[in-house]
Amino acid sequence: MNKTAVAVSLALLTVAGVAQAADQFIPIPSYRVGAYASGGAKFYGGMIDYLNYVNMKEGGVGGVKLTYEECETEYKNDRGVECYERLKAKNGGASAFNFMSTGITYATMDRAEKDKIPLMTMGFGRADAQDGRAFKYVFPLITSYWSQATAKVQFLGQRVGGMQNLKGKKIVNLYHGSAYGKETIPVLDAMAKKYGFELQHVEVPAPGTEQQSQWLEIRRARPDFVLLRSWGVMTPAALKSAQKVGFPRENIVANWWGGSEEDAIAAGDAAKGYIAGSFALDGRQFPVIQNIEKTVYGAGKGNLSDKGFIGTVNYNRGVVSGILMVEAIRAAQKKYGAKTLNGDQIRWGMENLNIDAKRQQELGVTDMFPQVKTSCQNHEGSGYTRFMQWDGKDWKPVSGWIKADTGVTLPLIKASVDKYSQEKSMKLRDCAAEK
Amino acid sequence: MFYRESGQFKSSYAADSAILTIAQDRLFIAALLALAFVVLPGLGSDYLLSGILIPFLILSLAALGLNILTGYAGQLSLGSAAFMAVGAFATYNFMLRMPGMPLLLAIFLGGLMAALVGVAFGLPSLRIKGFYLAVATLAAQFFIEWVFTKFGWFTNYSSSGVISAPPMQVFGIAIDTPASKYLLTLSIVALMALAAKNMARASIGRAWMAIRDMDVAAEVIGIPMLRTKLLAFAISSFYCGVAGALYAFVLLGTVDAQAFDLHRSFQVLFMIIVGGVGSILGSFLGAAFIVLLPICLNLLGQAFHDTISTQFLANLEMMLFGGLIIFFLIVEPHGLARLWQIAKEKLRVWPFPH
Repeated sequence: MNKTAVAVSLALLTVAGVAQAADQFIPIPSYRVGAYASGGAKFYGGMIDYLNYVNMKEGGVGGVKLTYEECETEYKNDRGVECYERLKAKNGGASAFNFMSTGITYATMDRAEKDKIPLMTMGFGRADAQDGRAFKYVFPLITSYWSQATAKVQFLGQRVGGMQNLKGKKIVNLYHGSAYGKETIPVLDAMAKKYGFELQHVEVPAPGTEQQSQWLEIRRARPDFVLLRSWGVMTPAALKSAQKVGFPRENIVANWWGGSEEDAIAAGDAAKGYIAGSFALDGRQFPVIQNIEKTVYGAGKGNLSDKGFIGTVNYNRGVVSGILMVEAIRAAQKKYGAKTLNGDQIRWGMENLNIDAKRQQELGVTDMFPQVKTSCQNHEGSGYTRFMQWDGKDWKPVSGWIKADTGVTLPLIKASVDKYSQEKSMKLRDCAAEK
Repeated sequence: MFYRESGQFKSSYAADSAILTIAQDRLFIAALLALAFVVLPGLGSDYLLSGILIPFLILSLAALGLNILTGYAGQLSLGSAAFMAVGAFATYNFMLRMPGMPLLLAIFLGGLMAALVGVAFGLPSLRIKGFYLAVATLAAQFFIEWVFTKFGWFTNYSSSGVISAPPMQVFGIAIDTPASKYLLTLSIVALMALAAKNMARASIGRAWMAIRDMDVAAEVIGIPMLRTKLLAFAISSFYCGVAGALYAFVLLGTVDAQAFDLHRSFQVLFMIIVGGVGSILGSFLGAAFIVLLPICLNLLGQAFHDTISTQFLANLEMMLFGGLIIFFLIVEPHGLARLWQIAKEKLRVWPFPH
């Protein structure tokens, strides 16, 4: 220990103590440097742009202005925890956190539960958190990994002309050698059993730049399809290796973290025809995106340094994240009144989201993401995934919204939740009693 | 003027071999400990305690572990994060598979497991030295990370591989508030730092330093090479293992192999290089520099977020951080601990340096 540390900590004490006027505060734990910066900057740019848009267009939600503050996590768990602690009590208390990182979400889960602040895990980890009875403050909104995995198999079913035709087909699950990569193995195994296709798991050691031997193994196995569960550099590396061994790219189906422009462009020619899942469509054709461009960027208040990134996959995901956040605040305001709300009240709002077709029309997001209706028990609210194909320049939809196979996911979620509650020695919430 | 030992006489062997021989130092450390143990848990905000001080203390402990191995015994290691991971996973499995095991015992056993693994990967140090040894420990880093990801048993077959730490208590007191977590960490770190300080001053520390400075000469004067080197690996890994267990249980609340990747090993290595190789104090100074400086820069940066693009700010922070590391290494290649020592020397003769 030393004088410097004490001086620094005392200085931080005073900084942390400063509070501002009563608004609705939304923490932005962004990552704009580090390995995942290119996605992070667009995602959080989109989210901030939407918050600014709501402020400029409607003067906030119900007259309550939205404020935000950024904190750089660098996609690292310890920095994420620091950001969580820094922002959680600021400006009247954080509404909800969206870290866009499974690791940070796990590390803040217990803290959030205690502080009663919801965590949005839109499109990523802990699939079993959709059971709101065990995970009161975690919201894997729209679609979880498990829902997506079942949608992938159903999409393949559509491609071969019906689920019954999957019988006897051979599918390889090429996954990132990490906790993230392994997360869908049990679901895919269950799907293989249900539909009688042959499933082979092939692991790519993290970070996934070297895949020569894996693709040789795939070539020997001669699968009909490859399900890609990739992350970061693994996606373009997989596509290039597939090109080398001559595996048709249109038979590769990746999950959504392999489905942004960064992933496809990096693979160049090899990416053409490649298919990936999606929970929020890209493009500028949606009225909400056009309005943001007009209102926010028109006033020179846009967050992106390059306007050209508006409408990219990660940007639109960020906008959707902003929309869900604001809609949750709206729902909570209906119950608790238009004032500064605390995290627990926002949690109620997130549990009572109802973004139906009519609301989507009003928001200008029809078809951008599936309809979302949450409840105390269902924190996912949708479970639909759509598939897109890279045509060398853009992502083009090649399917409708495919619903998760809940017959497969629900028993797995139940087993996982039981184990979790046992490990934690906790009691499940009684949703019927809460009204 | 104030920092002068004149008039303080040592009249016993005990006084002569005390850690802090000067009254001013004793006073300063006592005040620091009082601040850390009494004032901060009471007055510090949640953010200060669990966002800043806990990670700082835990990584200080890891740096301390690496400093024993690299700074004192002269064995360059790039596997500190792997040994942290062993500590974390072992502690988790002890608690999971032996219900009712006290947390402190589990952490201790976790440290012991890390020590065992450390000894195993320390064996090559008897044959290879310097950069080549660093490469051998790099193998430990990759191998251990792979084992924990590959074999489901370690994570209790959790579908995501990331497992949540069970609730903690020590002597019947639940460790669930930032203050209690902070006090637990601080107590462990303070005790282990004291132990490290004493080891460094004792015969074992001298044996390490002899090996570091010239191993052939050390062997000639009768220092057993095998035992001393492996002991350095064991003790160093024990420290790292305890730090890893604390990192997983107290800081993150999850046990995740990816939290202990190569990046973490480098981070710990940079801590001792910036702080001071072969110095207990340096471990703390280095950890403070590496952990706290980016946070301070980020906090400062947020003050300008209305005027400058956040994208630019985030990158500027990284540049400043890198620049400061280079600056300090040029100003004082022996680390911040040496700067502190120089400051003390200057203070001793102040205000009449001649």
